Amino acid sequence: MTLIEARNISLDVPDMSHQALIGQRRKLRILKNVSLSLKKGETVGLVGESGSGKTSLGRCLLRLHEPSEGTLAFDGQDITHASPAQLKPLRRRMQMIFQDPQSSLNPRHTIGSILATALKLNELDAGETSIAAILGRVGLPASASRRYPHQLSGGQRQRVGSALAVALKPEFVVADEIVSGLDVSTQAQVLDLLKGLRDEMGLALAFISHDLSVVRSLCERVVIMKNGEIVEEGLTADVFANPKTGFTRTLIASIPLPEVRPGWLDQ
Amino acid sequence: MSPVIDIRNLSARTAAGPILRDVSLPVNAGEVMALVGESGAGKSTIAKAVLGILPAGIKVTGGNIFFEGADLLALTPAGLRELLGVRIALIPQDPLTSLNPARRIGDQLTDGLRLRAGMNFRAAWDKALGLLNDVHIREPEQVLKRYPHELSGGMRQRVLIAQAFSLNPHVIIADEPTTALDVTVQKQVLRLIRDMQRERKTTLLFVTHDLGVVAQICDRMTVLYGGKVLEQGATAEILRNPRSPYTKALLAASPRYDQPEQSLKPVPEALIAELKREIGA
Repeated sequence: MTLIEARNISLDVPDMSHQALIGQRRKLRILKNVSLSLKKGETVGLVGESGSGKTSLGRCLLRLHEPSEGTLAFDGQDITHASPAQLKPLRRRMQMIFQDPQSSLNPRHTIGSILATALKLNELDAGETSIAAILGRVGLPASASRRYPHQLSGGQRQRVGSALAVALKPEFVVADEIVSGLDVSTQAQVLDLLKGLRDEMGLALAFISHDLSVVRSLCERVVIMKNGEIVEEGLTADVFANPKTGFTRTLIASIPLPEVRPGWLDQ
Repeated sequence: MSPVIDIRNLSARTAAGPILRDVSLPVNAGEVMALVGESGAGKSTIAKAVLGILPAGIKVTGGNIFFEGADLLALTPAGLRELLGVRIALIPQDPLTSLNPARRIGDQLTDGLRLRAGMNFRAAWDKALGLLNDVHIREPEQVLKRYPHELSGGMRQRVLIAQAFSLNPHVIIADEPTTALDVTVQKQVLRLIRDMQRERKTTLLFVTHDLGVVAQICDRMTVLYGGKVLEQGATAEILRNPRSPYTKALLAASPRYDQPEQSLKPVPEALIAELKREIGA
């Protein structure tokens, strides 16, 4: 069953490099006619370079941005231009895990109070045992609830980011470059955790990444973006085995593998 | 041939405990040596120790760092200042915070040339132009007049590479210079560093956690965990036939698009516990 469906979405933002003498700034189209749908339990990788529009698309899917054109439906309901009040009951069901947990967690609040706030706002149990259970699920000790974000390591903070997203038992999660700042061993742990959560909760997952290697092992489907457009999409295994565009081929060929390949750098 | 950088039995600690344990690291002239490990492994501490910029909380408790025969740890601040930037240079990790946002690229790039090489402004500006050409920046005249925020991440990293090579140092320390870049840009920047390093026969100490990057650019590698050297040798040899179980685990944790089922395996907790016991943490 299709959980989230974006049809021919475009997104315009004001062009900050252009100053109009009067009236509005010129518009810059950063997403062009993008269509994407996700079924329950399905993982799609959104891949592209910086500036390709992958994060903007992720935010559109959550209706954090309002599409300028096209339609967006969540669980059969058209939310393209839904008001904040109309969106509120849906917000718990769609969550985002942010790239940089350091800047997305309030430095003045303990982990426990950050989690409790999210739970209370959604009228869920914010008791100590429930928070300990959530922390336990993401591999953190219960004592982590008394800590401040800066007292945790990068990997632990990313676990808190995941905890925040999944504590509300969402159906759809957008994970935006969640492992890009982490070293390989921590990255493997966080991805392992994410896979476990996805399978257990039947999440629809949009996994935004610039790292095709990670996408290869996590996502069934992949969407390759460039300049706000989808240039290629399909089953991840197919796209890797038989990339149709030169851009995808270049992306794949640019990933360094951990084995010595003389001449690779010069290709 | 004696090593250009010869770290011998280096130990260091913070108030919380040891962070470098008896590290020995010889780097030969003209080679690229990788320092590999996860955060907390001590790779950045070693780089900072060589550069003489250890934070106040870190105390060296033993060992030496020889650079072309002289012990860097025994040098006075003035003696060290003679070397830094001129004979030993740094390519930093984050190109945005490493450039002064309020000064033009040209002004920053000519600092070393004017203050250390004694060039006048005109000569330094011309030399900077040549350096930007060397790092394949198009329209270098325009770029010299721009501010850092007007350049892309890849361009900023190229500027910092030009700056590091500007005084023809014997040794360059590259601290994760490509982690912030897109893969296609990463490949170009790696190629650039490798080409310039070969051309000028610079010795390179390359700090990274990415074994893919190590494989493509480093001749030899040193694997660290908890401030201790676990394995050291030729990159091809170690990656093909790792002896340390930790190196094996790091390889299994690395993402591989060609072997999706065999990659991204978390490092087993039992192995971490054993490593901690071994190093006495």
